[in-house]
Amino acid sequence: MLISNIEVIPGKRITDHLGLVQGSTVRAKHAGKDLMAGLKNIFGGELQGYTELLQESRQEAVDRMIVQAQAIGANAIINVRFSTSAIAAGASEILAYGTAVRLNDR
Amino acid sequence: MESLIQLGIFVTLMVLGFIFGRRAESKHYKSIISREDRYRHILITNEKLPAPEFISHDSGMVTGNVVISVDYFKVVAAGLKSLVGGRLTAYESLLDRARREALLRMQENAEELGALAIINTKFETSRISGNAGKGLGSVEVLAYGTALTPRC
Repeated sequence: MLISNIEVIPGKRITDHLGLVQGSTVRAKHAGKDLMAGLKNIFGGELQGYTELLQESRQEAVDRMIVQAQAIGANAIINVRFSTSAIAAGASEILAYGTAVRLNDR
Repeated sequence: MESLIQLGIFVTLMVLGFIFGRRAESKHYKSIISREDRYRHILITNEKLPAPEFISHDSGMVTGNVVISVDYFKVVAAGLKSLVGGRLTAYESLLDRARREALLRMQENAEELGALAIINTKFETSRISGNAGKGLGSVEVLAYGTALTPRC
């Protein structure tokens, strides 16, 4: 599965356009990590726990998008975008969406 | 007496934030500047289409993200500044650091793939609120783009 955020893939031809696919995940923050984050808010600096958490959840969103694309027979997802929104205090949604296509070698 | 203790806590937090926040910031800037030199060979653009010399390269998505927290001193300084308006330099440097760090992590990811250039770079910024949503807690910056790798 080829994932990319440009509209055309160099050296490949899009044979089928299969529509929008998306994957999302909602994550709440970890109580222990939040305690550390509260301390870090005094001292400043990177919150490594949160960086990892968000990276994992973004990967999860991408994986769900890939599952959806495979189900409709795509071999690539192009024009992928990420979006993050805070839906409740302490929880955020991460969404990945893109266009599922079938590619052929030119 | 009680208000005196509260004032004491406030001043201690301010001083701690000022000392540690400053140290963290200058250390972070030093590392950003040295790593920017190291990854200079990976070209980043936000053009949608690859340049002619990259037209027959393989493509794949690369991302880099970072969550950076404000320190207590910056929150207070920015709070005071927003009474009179104007540039909030305390937050400007925070976001600048976060964006450059996210770009660097994206370049690191691209280097692992052996990429020569990253095109169509996009930024996504979101806020992670700290204590009960008042004030700025920390910010997350995500940078993502398409890495172009030579085809073997």
